[in-house]
Amino acid sequence: MATRLRLLDDAAWVSVNDERAVGTSEVWPVAESFCSCSLAWLVVEAFVDVGADGRRVEARPHGHCLNCGESGTAPWLPVGKVTDDGFELVEGVRR
Amino acid sequence: MPTDVERWKDEVYGNEIREHLFRFAEEGWDAIPEEEEDAWFERFKWWGLYHQRKGQESYFMMRIGTPNGVLEPGQLRTVAEVADEYARGPVDNPEFGAAYCDWTTRQSIQLHWIKLEDVPDIFEKLEENDLTTQQACGDSWRNIVGCPVAGKDTHEHIDAWPVAEELHETFKGNDAYSNLPRKWKVSVTGCDQGCGQGDINDLAFEPAEKHGELGFNVRVGGGLSRKEPRLARDVDIWVPEEKATDIAAAVTELFNDHGDRDNRYNARIKFLVDEWGADKVRRVLQEDYTDWDLESAGDDLRDQYTYNAGGHEHGDHVGVHEQPDGNYYVGLNVLVGRQGVEDVYELADLADEYGSGEVRLTQRQNVIVTDIPEEDLDDFLAADLLEDYSPDPHPFMRGSIACTGTEFCSLSIVETKNRQVRYARWLKENVDVPDGVTDFHIHLSGCTASCAQPQIADISLRGMKTRKDGEPVEALDVGLGGGLGENPHFAEWVEMRVPADEVPGYIQNLLATYEDERQNDETFRDFIQRQEEDALQELADPEETDYDDPYMHNTKMTWYPYADDDDMDASPAPTNGEGEPISADD
Ligand code: HEM
Ligand code: SF4
Ligand SMILES: [Zn+2]
Repeated sequence: MATRLRLLDDAAWVSVNDERAVGTSEVWPVAESFCSCSLAWLVVEAFVDVGADGRRVEARPHGHCLNCGESGTAPWLPVGKVTDDGFELVEGVRR
Repeated sequence: MPTDVERWKDEVYGNEIREHLFRFAEEGWDAIPEEEEDAWFERFKWWGLYHQRKGQESYFMMRIGTPNGVLEPGQLRTVAEVADEYARGPVDNPEFGAAYCDWTTRQSIQLHWIKLEDVPDIFEKLEENDLTTQQACGDSWRNIVGCPVAGKDTHEHIDAWPVAEELHETFKGNDAYSNLPRKWKVSVTGCDQGCGQGDINDLAFEPAEKHGELGFNVRVGGGLSRKEPRLARDVDIWVPEEKATDIAAAVTELFNDHGDRDNRYNARIKFLVDEWGADKVRRVLQEDYTDWDLESAGDDLRDQYTYNAGGHEHGDHVGVHEQPDGNYYVGLNVLVGRQGVEDVYELADLADEYGSGEVRLTQRQNVIVTDIPEEDLDDFLAADLLEDYSPDPHPFMRGSIACTGTEFCSLSIVETKNRQVRYARWLKENVDVPDGVTDFHIHLSGCTASCAQPQIADISLRGMKTRKDGEPVEALDVGLGGGLGENPHFAEWVEMRVPADEVPGYIQNLLATYEDERQNDETFRDFIQRQEEDALQELADPEETDYDDPYMHNTKMTWYPYADDDDMDASPAPTNGEGEPISADD
């Protein structure tokens, strides 16, 4: 079955199958891809896009790094995966 | 590609939403198919119902739009009764109790914890008393704002109240204007103080004179949201009073046709004005949307504006003021715009006993009791209620505004109202008020939507996160020196990501610097504007003090930040019409 993906509340939430799954204001540890820090601490201020690659749900968050202050839109980063029991969020470092 | 919201609006929108709303209310929360919830919640906004955030499923914020903030005699009591009976959640708020009313920055009323099942009864009660939630949210004409003392003010040049009323009657519930590309915010000012805040609205009417006649200049495309604040642009149009509704229809139709329906983040008319420029807006209005010769702008009164203008004169409506008829209006300060319901009843009683029963709401989240005869003034001012809602408040109490925040709002990044209450109390106890300052504006918004209008405050606070001692904590970006007046100015963002518990210390340090370095009786706004960009950063440092902040953890991820067990999993929501939890796998 297709996964329903959507940005809600002025892009403050990623909704997966009609549940708000992940919201702004989280701090994501992001490896390499966001700024010059080897580990960025990305404060998510908004989501720019959401998509799925098979069961894997990804999003492009906009925000800034708490270490270096760099701000911008990150490349596609994993949000979680759709399992038979529902949606499972990614934990730990995102790459 | 049309957005989800545009697709949903194409299917059902406007007045017709009401029958669906009533059907769901009849059948119960559970009757909304899960996969249709977001579509229905988007539509319900048009009838003033905003679904609360994650963890509070099945509960709604309800907004009642009171044009120009005017509550006719009797209406405040109705609002109190509705709040008392229907706006009680599973857990009390530690500052405001079990039921309360919010007076908003657009002169509206917000109630929380409303259950869908109660909506028909609430609407019946409101409508019996000529109150409505219609178009209080959603993509259409929102509540019309203006001078809250229109018709009662000695500074007035045009009585803006009949104009606002006519706009309200023309554009509320009017199918031709019910589905616009985005929200549509309109302001009507009639006085020489500028208290309609036209500059931050999509469409603004401001008093101006032409051929010896008083009418309005028209401005278009103001707004504060999404880190893209804009002042309404002068489109060089003057209309006499009787043409206000026609030009409003013309500008709305232009927005309806040319606003961006493919991208909600680009949809507000401020972006169209950016793209076209004021000249093209005027030209297209003349060529395609009007059938009379538009007049160029008249002589405005902007050089007299005192409202939030940064000067030493009155910048709000708090205090005792004489009306043209010899009676008085008294503006009362409501800290962060929220009153417990017992206090609202008492306010309604006082308004009946001493005034005409009318009460008005301001864009600074305060209330005004009007029509008090001179001989009753002393008795009114001696009422107990005025100890908590003072007509002569401390400057830090007077200037504090806060939005809804993580308590109910799904956009928010931080807790706001209760924090701002604590800030104001701490500042009052601990910080010396600089000489001559009677009114110091500190506006706290939980996110960039800017509902608390942070960019037009002396100190702007906006929700953010940072790390402190290795842990993510709630933080605020701090801006300085914003305000309205003849030359409105948005705050400069100066200190980013200040942990929320270091903000009061920052403000204390900043005001000490101001007191030391100001030239003569230089106002705070002038002092900030005099600084070079680098110097702004040097003015003060954030600092921990004995201020204690109980909301440093991630309040967005709680089900309710003030619950004893605030864990998302401890939420009783969703609940049925009796407030009993509905189990997820029913
Ligand atoms: C459930 C709670 C709320 C939600 C979800 C919400 C949502 C929003 C959103 C999305 C915007 C941005 C508008 C845009 O981009 O066009 C906005 C702006 C605004 N809201 Fe709210 N809001 C809420 C509560 C409030 C409250 C409590 C107030 C008043 C105290 C308020 C007054 C305003 C104002 C004045 C703006 C102005 C922004 C502008 O000038 O463009 N809202 N709100
Ligand atoms: S400013 Fe943001 S957090 Fe505050 S009420 Fe508006 S949308 Fe919610
Ligand atoms: Zn970095």
